[in-house]
Amino acid sequence: MRLLTHNMLSSNIRGVVNGFPLGIEAEKVVEREVELSAEFLRGVFPKIEWGALVAGARALGHPDLLPGEADASMLASDDFLRRFHRALLQLHVEEGALVCPETGRRFPINKGIPNMLLHEDEV
Amino acid sequence: MKLKHLEGLLGDLQQFSNPKVELEQYPTGPHIASRMIYTAENSFDDISGKVVADFGCGCGTLGVASSLLGAEHVVGIDIDPQSLEIASQNAEDLEVGINFIWSDIKNLKLRGPLVDTVVMNPPFGTRKKGSDMEFLCMALKVASRAVYSLHKTTTRERTALRDYGAKSAEVLCELRFDVPQLYKFHKKKEVDVAVDLWRFVP
Repeated sequence: MRLLTHNMLSSNIRGVVNGFPLGIEAEKVVEREVELSAEFLRGVFPKIEWGALVAGARALGHPDLLPGEADASMLASDDFLRRFHRALLQLHVEEGALVCPETGRRFPINKGIPNMLLHEDEV
Repeated sequence: MKLKHLEGLLGDLQQFSNPKVELEQYPTGPHIASRMIYTAENSFDDISGKVVADFGCGCGTLGVASSLLGAEHVVGIDIDPQSLEIASQNAEDLEVGINFIWSDIKNLKLRGPLVDTVVMNPPFGTRKKGSDMEFLCMALKVASRAVYSLHKTTTRERTALRDYGAKSAEVLCELRFDVPQLYKFHKKKEVDVAVDLWRFVP
């Protein structure tokens, strides 16, 4: 599971007011290289919740990868693009869990797949 | 990539070994899948460089096709863990990176506007009434560019008249969906079902 996917996911447990972002417990993280597309990165940047991405990178063992805050002017820097690309698309959580920020309920991640199915009493 | 090449690659994918009738699991064959995604890309530029979500991905055929045609990030969602296992294997075999999510469609909260395009071959609602509508509503909530979906041609009037809150709804073409003899209630060896490829703009 990439951090781009984490940036999309929210806890939908009944009663939860704001289930985003989910916490991440990372037990196994792998990095897979993919080609960098500056065009894609510039297009997706305004849609990304930056705080969640920074927290994600930290949870995955890369606390210094991204600046705490970012704005569109940084997209002109190749160094920034590389870091953004690495965090968003190259780091993968293979084993671990996502954690609801309000209830603490864990959604396990196995073989890179998070189980987001809700129990009957959570719907 | 040429259409024929894409169709060929998709033909090598593994399909459901023990399909579950209550989930309406039918493989999206390479003929239909390749044409669907190829059209989305070449006529509308909705795949390459985009974030694509495959709702009810099953064995991952549409997600894999999207990846092969240049989607930047593909997410496949399904409720059945056995299908997800097959889908993971398929993605690995074709060396495409797809993020799978084990979830039902109704209760998954995906934060828009990160998803550009939703592609799907949803349940038609023959087992669980209204599931096709459920899928369509969720897809339109999530997608920012377009939703591509297959529905039986016999339901064309009904689908067109429904107000999903979409800006536009268009049948792009009619395709033949060959349903192999998968379930005990299937009497014929193979049957052709006419399906419409719909494009909805949210």
